[in-house]
Amino acid sequence: MLEIRLHGRGGQGAVTSAELLALSAINEGKYGQAFPSFGPERRGAPVVAFCRVDDKQIKIRSEINNPDLVLVLDPSILRIVNVTAGLKDDGILITNTKYTADEIGKELGLKCKIAVVNATRIAREELGLPITNTTMLGALLKARAFVDPESLIGPLKDRFGRIAEKNIKAFKRAFEETQLAF
Amino acid sequence: MGKRIGLEVSLSAAEAVKMANVDCIAAYPITPQTHIVEHLSELVNNGELDAEFIPVESEHSAMSVSAGVSAVGARAFTCTSSQGLSLMNEIVHIVASMRLPIVMILANRSMSGPISIWNDHTDVMSIRDCGWIQVFANNGQEVFDNVLFAYRVAESQKVMLPLIINIDGFILTHVIEPVEFWEKEQVKQYLPDFKPVYTMHPDRPVTMGGVGMPYVFSEAKVAQDEPLIQSKAEIITAWKELGDVVGRYYKPVETYRMEDAETLFVTQGSFGETVSLVVDALRNEGESVGLVMDRLWRPFPFDEFREATSQAKNLIVIDRAISYGGQGGPLAIDIRSALYKGENQPNITNFICGLAGRDVTINDFKNIYHRAMEKIKENPMEEDFEYYGVRGK
Repeated sequence: MLEIRLHGRGGQGAVTSAELLALSAINEGKYGQAFPSFGPERRGAPVVAFCRVDDKQIKIRSEINNPDLVLVLDPSILRIVNVTAGLKDDGILITNTKYTADEIGKELGLKCKIAVVNATRIAREELGLPITNTTMLGALLKARAFVDPESLIGPLKDRFGRIAEKNIKAFKRAFEETQLAF
Repeated sequence: MGKRIGLEVSLSAAEAVKMANVDCIAAYPITPQTHIVEHLSELVNNGELDAEFIPVESEHSAMSVSAGVSAVGARAFTCTSSQGLSLMNEIVHIVASMRLPIVMILANRSMSGPISIWNDHTDVMSIRDCGWIQVFANNGQEVFDNVLFAYRVAESQKVMLPLIINIDGFILTHVIEPVEFWEKEQVKQYLPDFKPVYTMHPDRPVTMGGVGMPYVFSEAKVAQDEPLIQSKAEIITAWKELGDVVGRYYKPVETYRMEDAETLFVTQGSFGETVSLVVDALRNEGESVGLVMDRLWRPFPFDEFREATSQAKNLIVIDRAISYGGQGGPLAIDIRSALYKGENQPNITNFICGLAGRDVTINDFKNIYHRAMEKIKENPMEEDFEYYGVRGK
């Protein structure tokens, strides 16, 4: 089973990202589970969402404390939340940042594998908004291709309708531009 | 086989209500039930479901409207949580006495205070004795299947009682997971049209919900409790036939890895699946442990519980609700009562945890198991209970 924890700020779409990932796994015939950190919605406040993917039925319903992958949508989160808490030894931090993986690793004193992409820039250019949730999915799948990136296109179209094409473009650009430091 | 779709459990529950072809939805939004009602409102608005959607001004009205709808022979659905349930409380009791087969999803949420929107079972336990059939679900698929089961049982002329489907708020309602939908043909095969015994109609006046003077009240109440007790047979049949239609078989009491199990966990609701993983892990460590999951809560399946636990030495009952000043949680109290007269009574330990949505992990359940074994060793006959993981204790 693969466990992913997503960090963002309320309103940035972390829950939507978790949902899209689960749906792409389910559409591939796998099992997917996505859920928010339950509670009142707080726009702008740090939030987390969770996603599990497995080949067999997912029975666990507690939160993810030892993720395989951590996805950070907003660079400002890195300095206020211990995003790598409980990350597995061979786990990967995938973050939105304008810095390199080395710079991020040094600044935060991290030993884990790191993947970086300037998702804010991509999202501004493609969507006209610094909303990075769909963009960061490209980075996530570049770091670990646990579903076929093509499997996300359907859920993205269903979810975003008219603006789906822009989101798909941002998603694909992030997949190309993500730097893996491992 | 129906289509397998990834969807939030609230939305798939609403889709099941659509498949049940209800005539009226009267509900008032309350967290964490909201998404179910919102989706039903969309389905009615976009013409997918030909029903009246009545956005009432309170839960008291939601149940009152449902009572009227059901009394004229239409299929009624409503849905609420915690404080909403409290507000409709008086009508909840009345519709059971009127034998109106309303179906309600209760997205379980703790009763305030302190004010809480999160999950536990204190809401349903506050109306445990309301006379409704009450079932629990482990996952989204069970919620979907149980909606169709609910109308089939509630409207059976042998039963004619309202039914509550409990689903853990947030933990189930807000999770996206795959659900296998039913084919329309399967629904048609399984769920007949509602044919009420009596209906209210201007041309055929009847009195429903009249006064029960002392000389008739006890008889009326026995005439209400007996069919509830007897409904178990119809419930078992309806679950069996559901299995024959869609291939998933349900029972009042579900069991897991019972082979020679000395110790059994007992759970209700969505804890069941997580504890099944704990049982796997403990078995791998050489522990002799199994799991009993309570699906049917009222009528309480006494015989099924006695049978499931007859070979066990120890029970670890997990409650997600408090019975203030009582002897443990509501589930443990009923289980002690069920096993009181039996021979070879097991040691019964009881842990209350997961209140107001507090996360209970696999490690927590392992801790509970070891703590239970310790307690039984120290004092096997002690009939106390413990709050798990509470700070300052």
